[in-house]
Amino acid sequence: MSILINKDTKVICQGFTGSQGTFHSEQSIAYGTNLVGGISPGKGGTKHLDKPVFNTVREAVEATGAEASMIYVPAAFAGDAILEAADAGIKVIACITEGIPVTDMLKVKAVLTNNYPKTYLIGPNCPGVITPGGCKMGIMPGHIHKPGKIGIVSRSGTLTYEAVDQTTRTGLGQSTCIGIGGDPIHGMSFIDIISLFKDDPQTEGIVMVGEIGGSAEEEAAEYIKANVKKPVVAYIAGVTAPPGKRMGHAGAIIMGGKGTAADKFAALESAGATIVRSPADIGAAMKKFFP
Amino acid sequence: MNLHEYQAKELLQQFGVAIPRGIKVTSQQEAVEAAKQIGGPLWVVKAQVHAGGRGKAGGVKLARSLQDVEDISGRLLGSTLVTKQTGADGVKIHALLIQDGVDITKEYYLSALVDRSKKRVILIGSSEGGMDIEEVAAKTPEKILTLTVDPVAGIQPYQARDLGFRMGMEKKQVDQLVKVLNGVYNLFVQKDCSMVEINPLIVTTDGQVMALDAKVSLDDNALYRHKDTAEMRDPTQEDAREHIAHEIGLNYVALDGSIGCMVNGAGLAMATMDVIKLQGGEPANFLDVGGGATAERVARAFKLILSSSKVKAILVNIFGGIVRCDTIAEGIIAAVKEVGLKLPVVVRLQGTNVEAGREMLAKSGMNIMAAEDLTDAAKKAVAAAQ
Repeated sequence: MSILINKDTKVICQGFTGSQGTFHSEQSIAYGTNLVGGISPGKGGTKHLDKPVFNTVREAVEATGAEASMIYVPAAFAGDAILEAADAGIKVIACITEGIPVTDMLKVKAVLTNNYPKTYLIGPNCPGVITPGGCKMGIMPGHIHKPGKIGIVSRSGTLTYEAVDQTTRTGLGQSTCIGIGGDPIHGMSFIDIISLFKDDPQTEGIVMVGEIGGSAEEEAAEYIKANVKKPVVAYIAGVTAPPGKRMGHAGAIIMGGKGTAADKFAALESAGATIVRSPADIGAAMKKFFP
Repeated sequence: MNLHEYQAKELLQQFGVAIPRGIKVTSQQEAVEAAKQIGGPLWVVKAQVHAGGRGKAGGVKLARSLQDVEDISGRLLGSTLVTKQTGADGVKIHALLIQDGVDITKEYYLSALVDRSKKRVILIGSSEGGMDIEEVAAKTPEKILTLTVDPVAGIQPYQARDLGFRMGMEKKQVDQLVKVLNGVYNLFVQKDCSMVEINPLIVTTDGQVMALDAKVSLDDNALYRHKDTAEMRDPTQEDAREHIAHEIGLNYVALDGSIGCMVNGAGLAMATMDVIKLQGGEPANFLDVGGGATAERVARAFKLILSSSKVKAILVNIFGGIVRCDTIAEGIIAAVKEVGLKLPVVVRLQGTNVEAGREMLAKSGMNIMAAEDLTDAAKKAVAAAQ
């Protein structure tokens, strides 16, 4: 078992024929993902990468039974693409696109919550989701992963790769890895993902990588304290980040003294998580639980 | 992106919020003309800079005559203002707002921002106007009142009235506040703001509610659809290197340390700074070259780091996912050649095409130290910077 996706998941790609969509779809197919087609309005009926192209997500779902979609459309159209996928009945949406205006995401989030409460949205501005050895929906380098027992959830792309690389090197491997994205308003939260890991028999330990800004890590700490018995290793990026400055990610900003790394480390530590002060120590800290 | 006070007020006025009469000027002569046009007997001369704490730093002055306006304008224009938010270098004053001196009976606070937990726009009101709102929140949290807006329904009049009465306003002012709240909310969503703040929101002696001071920040991701506000950018108020980074599409934040950093990914870039600090060093900057890093972007990023004289060593930390390590190596070599780099460079590469990248660096014949992992890289960079 894994969470969200596995080798049988039927995946489509929105923004399929664009340069990003093409490159990453090729990579996903090469990894073994069951990619059943893609969307490119106006190009329906043609083939791309040997897979059928559809004008709308609805057509793609009707023809292929697709259950999951990865989105590579430009920021100005990405909010629309998310809602199109949800309305067509897609269950897992991974939106990779960076730079979506916050007001667009506020609308998307409200519509999803009201009308499609069972749809899982991952991202935007994220690396996506991967179940090693089975299904890759996103831009992560597939070859560093290894099927195994650790669930990884992170707000950052490259820091997810660090955690993956170390858990691979220590032989633990990963059940599923999810980058939830660096934007202030995004889909699945730490809590949403951790609650799935908690109930997943394959997942024996959880790595959580947070960063400055907002209070999602503090909220996750409360949840972990009350609900999670599996070992949790946590790292927070941005101890040295100055207040009031946006550190690359739209959501990574300390405002009014809130959202500091120190507060987040403290909350996670008091929740019983094992905290590491350097991302280089994630693998070793988790390995201690599985001698 | 931040706006000046006069720009923020222009926007508020467009959305139906009353503001005192005011004119933006850039010379002494214009200042006197503006003061005449507004009419006396009292004016406020306000420095237009992108930093809070202007009043305490001497950037806001009362003028009781046209001569006062001329003198104060002369002193402020072209000078450097150092406030608690600017750092020791301060910011240059290029423009002033000449504003009508209004009589105030009461000051309130009002702002709009995105509440990340609620995933809604919220409006914050307080009876404690003109104060540092973070201090009010810390000392008297019960005086911070919020109104949560449903994005589909918008602000309901009852919510606005409720907020007004809780802030301690009279019925007459509450009626005006309803209009102000709608204006602030519509400005926020229609112009894609990340913050709108009116502090203070005042009631004048003749009972008018107006924005005496205002601050607006815009969502950079949405500037593409707002030509009018995108043009309000004032590069003179930004760190010169941060401005160049913005122009070439790099995420860069200037810091005070001696180790320049070039990293792919915002999270890893922050983590790299943290590890440098753990190893006893200080980072000179935050720099995310992004996922689509080309050799040319890497070369530009390198030049940007080197434009700071504080930098004594450079740490490159790349985990190749989309970006390939050989592309990064090519960029590093090109940049080092182009600028004739003398400083020590520590490079840690990991991920896609790492072997090819490492080989290129090793064969380049340049003074580039390879590091195994992040800890090793930070140790070497800290040692090299000393």
